[in-house]
Amino acid sequence: MDFIFSDEQQQLRDSLQKYIAKEYGFEARKAIIAPKQGFSDKVWAQFADMGLLGVAFDEAHGGFSGTSVDTMLVMTELGRGIVVEPYFSTVVLGGSLVDLAGSEAQKQAVLPEVAQGKLLLAAALGEPDSRYELNCVETTARRDGAGYVLNGHKAVVLHGESADKLVVSARTAGGAREAKGISLFLLDRSAAGVAVQAYRTIDGMRAAEIRFSNVKVGADAVLGETDNALPVLERAADFAVSALCAEAVGAMEALNAATFEYLKTRQQFGRPIGSFQALQHRAVDMMIHCEQSRSLALLASVKVQSEDPNERKRTVSAAKIHIGRSGRAIGEEAIQLHGGMGVSNELAAGHYAKRLAMINATLGDVEHHFERYASAA
Amino acid sequence: MDLNYTKEEQAFREEVRSFVHDNLPKDIADKVLHHKRLGKDDWVRWQKILFKKGWVAPNWPKEYGGCAWTPIQQHIFDEECGYAGAPRVMPFGLVMVAPVIQHFGSKWQKEYFLPRILSSEDWWAQGYSEPGSGSDLASVKTRAVRQGDHYIVDGQKTWTTLGQYADMIFCLVRTDTTVKKQEGISFLLIDMKSPGITVRPIITLDEEHEVNEVFFDNVKVPAANLVGDEGKGWTYAKFLLGHERTGIARVGESKRELEQLKAIAGKQLRNGKPLIEDPRFRDRVTAVEVELMALEITLLRVLSSRTKPGPEASILKIKGTDVQQALTELTMEAVGPYALPFRPEARDAAWKGEPVGPEYAASAAAVYFNYRKTSIYGGSNEIQRNIISQMVLGL
Ligand SMILES: Cc1cc2nc3c(=O)[nH]c(=O)nc-3n(C[C@H](O)[C@H](O)[C@H](O)COP(=O)(O)OP(=O)(O)OC[C@H]3O[C@@H](n4cnc5c(N)ncnc54)[C@H](O)[C@@H]3O)c2cc1C
Ligand SMILES: Cc1cc2nc3c(=O)[nH]c(=O)nc-3n(C[C@H](O)[C@H](O)[C@H](O)COP(=O)(O)OP(=O)(O)OC[C@H]3O[C@@H](n4cnc5c(N)ncnc54)[C@H](O)[C@@H]3O)c2cc1C
Repeated sequence: MDFIFSDEQQQLRDSLQKYIAKEYGFEARKAIIAPKQGFSDKVWAQFADMGLLGVAFDEAHGGFSGTSVDTMLVMTELGRGIVVEPYFSTVVLGGSLVDLAGSEAQKQAVLPEVAQGKLLLAAALGEPDSRYELNCVETTARRDGAGYVLNGHKAVVLHGESADKLVVSARTAGGAREAKGISLFLLDRSAAGVAVQAYRTIDGMRAAEIRFSNVKVGADAVLGETDNALPVLERAADFAVSALCAEAVGAMEALNAATFEYLKTRQQFGRPIGSFQALQHRAVDMMIHCEQSRSLALLASVKVQSEDPNERKRTVSAAKIHIGRSGRAIGEEAIQLHGGMGVSNELAAGHYAKRLAMINATLGDVEHHFERYASAA
Repeated sequence: MDLNYTKEEQAFREEVRSFVHDNLPKDIADKVLHHKRLGKDDWVRWQKILFKKGWVAPNWPKEYGGCAWTPIQQHIFDEECGYAGAPRVMPFGLVMVAPVIQHFGSKWQKEYFLPRILSSEDWWAQGYSEPGSGSDLASVKTRAVRQGDHYIVDGQKTWTTLGQYADMIFCLVRTDTTVKKQEGISFLLIDMKSPGITVRPIITLDEEHEVNEVFFDNVKVPAANLVGDEGKGWTYAKFLLGHERTGIARVGESKRELEQLKAIAGKQLRNGKPLIEDPRFRDRVTAVEVELMALEITLLRVLSSRTKPGPEASILKIKGTDVQQALTELTMEAVGPYALPFRPEARDAAWKGEPVGPEYAASAAAVYFNYRKTSIYGGSNEIQRNIISQMVLGL
């Protein structure tokens, strides 16, 4: 057992932590969120300069050949700053789909550009009725000469509007919920027939409904194996879930720190409210929630690499279950212990609670992962 | 022991139900049922309808225009209104300040203010909390200094619900700094149009404007607006708390939200089947329903007891808000990923844009975050627990 991060990993974490503390304060974040794009090109370029955008990719693809632990470290820091840039959608989810499913030529065409900050990706997987089930795909890709024609509706695509390219799951065979018959496609967001309805999300990010009507793509748009994309889709989603867990831990740490500080400074009845035992014990439970979550996020970030799919699924789902519950508990307690200030949009605390709640609603909530854990046991 | 409503009570329920059915404007009920934004006019319109019927102030003594209902009738009325999607009657004038004026106010105050409260001519706000005085309310600092026929008021109130609409605000102000903190407080009625008052919005987590900061800078208030005696404000404030109890459990509203939750969970699919059929989710809904069932009976026990509701009523606040919050949480979870889209514009009833996801999903997360307030306001649930442990358990 070795819980020590390497020197390089510590450096990566420290430099990102410093950058976010300095450049990504509450007011700066507010200014970044306000315009329609909803994130900062400048911050994105700096992430590229810091090497964050290629952390998980091979050196051969313009990356740094990092491990999933490096991604975890990055995501934790992004969570600490409730950073809204499309790191999760472009690098983690979109990037890993291309990395895991793509041909060498596809990887060469996409990953170096992503690593340099020149190309944004979004993964269009969910649908209005799919909830969290990746196998529920009603979007169709019908064969059309050498290529395909896509039709369907993808729901709540994170950063869908700003993406240059979309990774889309579509049905090339089988019925709406069958495991077999799903294929992945990589296509331009600006392709003819792609309609994007963009909106804000409650946690300060952007997402979109994306509708495909008779979108023609070539055979080279297929990402990975035809009809058999579900296993790789699940693997990429597990990687993404482990990253979300890491992000949640960063958010929990920051929210706990802010709350504990408030307990020490806010005075009522002539003493700090943190002197009331009723609140002390709640703070302790928040801290324990965070530590337990950290343990499972760590475990998931390692086991997500496991060759045994059941071990991978179990650990990742365990982490997501715990983080869903702890995130909810910490978010609610933090608001409560801040009193009226907790429900004010002018305080960072509530924004952390929002992000934690939405992490639960991304790639499977607690109940979804209970089910999945049982099926992988 | 008979846990059934009497024939008379049942008849009364029917009467209330058909009145609400026939008179609650559909556009207002639609807003409430679909969590659309309500405006001042919506509340006032409904209150005026109740006023015409003579039902706007059931808690008032008959001679002032009250209904002389039993507590059970009052509960039936609250429940029917809540269940049907009536907006809640704004409590600040009718439920909070009016009983104080009735008991402790001057003849002029009674004659001038009470009819205007009854007819919803004046919109009232509650000016208790301050930046430094929340749970520790007795520490209020807003100063009122007597100068001839007036008080000069300086200071700040905060979290003032719907203060942006208010014509009048009742405030706890400090008139004496030399005595024990509870004894230096007075109860003052202040015209919101007085020079020197500034109202600034506080935007909440759902990006709505529901609460405000109210600043007082050298505000001249006629001494005739002092309620009762100088230095007795704390006594009146505590008296008022006793009048906030009915309706605090919000049983009717929660029944309505529970029903909506079940309808939503019947439409949402998990693995191709209605979510409500999934035992994992269904059991969580049942757990809340069981709490609500218990709460209703606990409420009726409190209301039926011959003694005035005491500190036990804090149970109603704690459990009532627990249930309300649990329902918003389950609703947010029921809509799955469609909890994420945040479109405050869609909460405007007149908005005609393209929806995202099912209509009921549009407000789910916003309402969840908005309802975090319920365990904070009106005496936080921690303070309610302190009350029970000290006053009931003797700890
Ligand atoms: C099965 C068992 C085995 C044990 N074995 C040993 C042993 O081998 N050797 C030995 O020396 N002792 C042993 N003990 C005793 C044990 O350490 C004590 O029971 C324990 O320290 C609690 O003390 P108490 O029973 O006097 O309860 P109390 O101290 O009276 O506590 C009663 C309750 O009050 C709570 N409480 C007390 N103070 C506070 C506070 N400041 N804030 C909040 N809550 C508080 C406690 O948590 C508890 O819930 C054993 C006890 C049990 C039950
Ligand atoms: C949406 C909303 C609407 C409101 N509307 C109005 C209004 O119209 N008029 C008005 O006057 N006020 C209003 N309030 C204010 C409300 O009454 C206060 O927010 C509440 O009393 C808590 O005070 P505080 O916010 O200062 O929190 P604090 O008192 O600072 O409390 C912070 C935390 O400490 C806890 N705490 C404090 N003291 C103790 C203790 N002794 N033991 C254990 N825990 C403790 C609290 O429970 C809370 O969790 C409103 C508040 C909200 C959120």
